[in-house]
Amino acid sequence: MAFAGHAALDSSLGGRRLDADTVSWLEGLDGGSPVHDATTVRLYELLLRVARHEARRRSPQLGIAGPELDDLAHQAAADAVVNVVAKVGEFRGESRFTTWACKFVIFEVSTRIGRHFWRHPTTSMDAEDWDRLPDRFGLDPVEASEWGDLVAALRAAVEHELTERQRRIFVAIVLNGVPLDALVVELGANRNAIYKTLFDARRKLRASLVTNGYLADDASRRA
Amino acid sequence: MTRWPSLERFLKTDPQDAGCAETFELLDRYVEREMAHGDAADRYPEVAVHLSNCNPCIEDFEGLLAAISDPED
Repeated sequence: MAFAGHAALDSSLGGRRLDADTVSWLEGLDGGSPVHDATTVRLYELLLRVARHEARRRSPQLGIAGPELDDLAHQAAADAVVNVVAKVGEFRGESRFTTWACKFVIFEVSTRIGRHFWRHPTTSMDAEDWDRLPDRFGLDPVEASEWGDLVAALRAAVEHELTERQRRIFVAIVLNGVPLDALVVELGANRNAIYKTLFDARRKLRASLVTNGYLADDASRRA
Repeated sequence: MTRWPSLERFLKTDPQDAGCAETFELLDRYVEREMAHGDAADRYPEVAVHLSNCNPCIEDFEGLLAAISDPED
């Protein structure tokens, strides 16, 4: 990609010195710049290269290639350009501009991969397939007599300790293997909200298993 | 040594966890720090905790790292 090498420091933003390449991008993306349109095109070209690179990197998990994969990259780059141009005023010079801009297109690729999941879903949202749980957590079937009660306790905690939304998200991600970004699309939420809901569910479930003697709490382990 | 390490690892939460939004906010700095010094986890421990627990965010981290690590692509 064409953004290696930013030796010269010749300007600053919020007291931070900026490299020459970053300064060039910021000047070009300024609304009044005579090269604004050309800079936007250059930004699109950069982000498209990154999107294609990222789509190829993740293509094995997607099961798509060729024009379909390239179309995904184009869509991600187009949306990322809009985001970057809209948010350029928030850039604080704490990294190179290109690194900052590229994280937006990486995120857009992830979003599109999440959408792609529902074109050929391999599982449903709500079916509770508890038979998958032992394999999901590497519980050896030979030792089923040992972990059977643990799984039963976990299932009871999922049913009785979690809120409806926590339970739905736990079931989708943990039991049914729905990728988190695909769940974001399905529920019309954002990644942070889904993660936080699952985080709270994990904390509640662990507390329940500790209380009922299936897991040791950290204090007793340290003692 | 626990009897159910994978399950315990999944259920264990860390209050230091930055969450997805803050991780995205810091991701460009985290990646550049890792590239330059290899100590991003020390500089941004809350992001490191999150990346060890969140598959989508670790994918984004690896993608951004790959993007800026490969100037010829």
